[in-house]
Amino acid sequence: MTLLIEESAPSTQEKAHKARGTVRLREHLMGWLFVGPFALVFLALLIAPLAYALYLSLFRKKLIGGTSFVLFDNYVKAFTDPSFLSGAWFVVRFSLVAIPLQIVVALAMALILDAVTSAFARFSRLMIFLPYAIPTVIGAVMWGFLYSRSFGPLSDVFGVFGATAPDFLGGNLIFYGLANVVTWQWAGYYMIILYAALQGIDPALYEAARMDGAGGRQIALRIKIPLIAPALLLILVFALIGTLQFFNEPQFLRFLAAGTIGPDFTPNMYAYQQAFALANFNYGSAISFALGGIVFAGVYAFLFFTRKRRSFL
Amino acid sequence: MAVQTRRLFATAAMLTAACVLAACSSDAGSKSAAGASDSGNDTTGNKASNCTNTIGKKNLPVVTFWGWYPNMRLVVDNFNKQNNEVQVCWTNVGQGGDEYDKFQTAISAGTGAPDVIMIEADRIPTFQIQKALVDIRKYGYDAVKDNYGPGAWKDVSIGGAVYGVPVDGGPMAMIYRKDVFDKYKITPPKTWAEYEQAAQKVKDAGGPLFGDLGANVPAVMMALQIQKGATPITYDPARPESIGIALNDQASKDVLDYWGNLARKGLVGTQDQFTPEYISGVVNGKYATYISAAWAPGYLTGAGVGKGKDTGKFAVAPLPQWDPANPVQVNWGGSAFSVTSQAKNPGLAAKVAYGLYADDESLTDGWTNQIIFPLNLKALRDPEFVDLKVSFFDGQQANKEVYVPAANAYKGMTYSPFGQYYFDALTKQIGAVIEGSITGAQAADRVQEDVANYAKEQGFTVQ
Repeated sequence: MTLLIEESAPSTQEKAHKARGTVRLREHLMGWLFVGPFALVFLALLIAPLAYALYLSLFRKKLIGGTSFVLFDNYVKAFTDPSFLSGAWFVVRFSLVAIPLQIVVALAMALILDAVTSAFARFSRLMIFLPYAIPTVIGAVMWGFLYSRSFGPLSDVFGVFGATAPDFLGGNLIFYGLANVVTWQWAGYYMIILYAALQGIDPALYEAARMDGAGGRQIALRIKIPLIAPALLLILVFALIGTLQFFNEPQFLRFLAAGTIGPDFTPNMYAYQQAFALANFNYGSAISFALGGIVFAGVYAFLFFTRKRRSFL
Repeated sequence: MAVQTRRLFATAAMLTAACVLAACSSDAGSKSAAGASDSGNDTTGNKASNCTNTIGKKNLPVVTFWGWYPNMRLVVDNFNKQNNEVQVCWTNVGQGGDEYDKFQTAISAGTGAPDVIMIEADRIPTFQIQKALVDIRKYGYDAVKDNYGPGAWKDVSIGGAVYGVPVDGGPMAMIYRKDVFDKYKITPPKTWAEYEQAAQKVKDAGGPLFGDLGANVPAVMMALQIQKGATPITYDPARPESIGIALNDQASKDVLDYWGNLARKGLVGTQDQFTPEYISGVVNGKYATYISAAWAPGYLTGAGVGKGKDTGKFAVAPLPQWDPANPVQVNWGGSAFSVTSQAKNPGLAAKVAYGLYADDESLTDGWTNQIIFPLNLKALRDPEFVDLKVSFFDGQQANKEVYVPAANAYKGMTYSPFGQYYFDALTKQIGAVIEGSITGAQAADRVQEDVANYAKEQGFTVQ
């Protein structure tokens, strides 16, 4: 604005242009300097590896015949590969069962803990959260032992009724065995997020609701849950991304049940197997990107369908 | 001024970040270099700092080495003490699969592999086909040729080339529980038919399981198939593009069906082996036999088997046969030392491969503690080794009676150049057999199809 006034004098205008240019340049430079550290790490540790993996996924290396450029052949192969497809189908099914289970458990616990204020509630909150603080590997190993029919508690429990303990690491029950481990590990974490959201609600709302004659159940269903819908949405997205990339738990339980959990049990495990055990870095990268595509599509679809409905129930 | 200060600050911050990054990468670089190739003549013990062992003679050139034998430290120290030409810098990067994954990644990266590496004989073709191993014939093979039997050399050779120095083997036999056999009045079965009858007899009398079909030990299944006459892989490195894959011939089907039937009838367990679950079963006498290799007693002892009230309960008998008139001995496991193609000085590396674990002291420590079943004939012919009364087997002369004859009769095998894929495929189908969804014969067909497809995909002509 001020610069416009100086238009009449060409020499000053030139000067001003120059000054403006310097200021702008300086501002730009400052901006870049501030963004720099982050941008550097972001580029070096995220974008560059991604770009490299994408590049790798366009080639195919054979033991006989060497490397050749195949464009999207690896992707075509992935989406016709029964190993990848069955793994992808497994994680999709697993998401449909395990995520609602986790959310329901987390929500129920958060609502209870929000309604009760006592030392016991604080203690419970910590205990429910604790599994999240246990490293996944240790959690998986621990459950491996708990499921064991030789030294786990299951044999004793079922023995009381004269029944044989089910094998949660066997082919038929591994799905539920894993769903249980995941729920145990993550429900506490989601509970904390929901609990924090509940604590952020203005208590005056409850008071008003009570004056209007709402009971505890109605307050929970009609006030609390709609108000924490954004938090619910958040953890649903977290859970969806995490579950579609399922890796740690099955990878470690594989040491106990190699016959049940194959190397292609989930797409991520399959990508790992291809890249690091079979040296097919190209196909491994393609599987990773294909999985990334599925995750992206899943999350996008989810956000698309929930975008208008602000209240969740 | 303020701007100046801020700019300075920002620049400083950026520099710091850059430094952190640089430090990160240089650290990672030096880590891999420790396992890597810095070992030529220019690097001596003075510079090799990342070894697990302490190098005594610091002015000698150093060869880097990965290995996982439990007494590795002693073996490396013995070598370094006795050698005045080269010193070994040893790292244990994991056992079996863990190490192979790291080695595989180093091969793909073109850097980061050690000069000498311990690998199981069945993995040699997998790495050889990627040109990751060096033929060590010209580096002093003739001097040690007579120290090992022909079967041992065959396992580490491809065509006429030698890609490793044999260290230990796994002649297979049947470990059994004397208490169970005595209780149900069984003598060790000499054939697989007798094995099944004995298993039925024990089951009918309310006894424990007779053995175990583990999905995670495909190498055992392969060995037992070979015992019946299967030739899974035929491969001539002179024509590397062509490979013979016969994983569903009648012998392979028969053996898979045999074990599948035992499992279906409930005569054997279906537990993954090397797991706490399985070991606790062995400790508690849940399995009457364990079809395994000569290194098993050492492994079982280490896992706590055969101690306390189980002391002296175990004995060993030769592996049951299909045709007792023409017995066939097979092998499970056993490792070799190979020189990698990333070694800067292959000659020096070969000296290490030939010399490591080949001195009397190391070998004696290995077999007295049942860590290895040695393939070195110095040990195999040592009367003390042959006559050893193995405490795990209650003083039975297991080497003389069972393992040494088995090792001497072993003729060697040809392994697949994509061993990992083959074993994964076999594991998957054994899992399906255990689940009961397919028969052993169907499993063999599926493995054949799966592996043949993979081979074609990898550019081979499959015959």
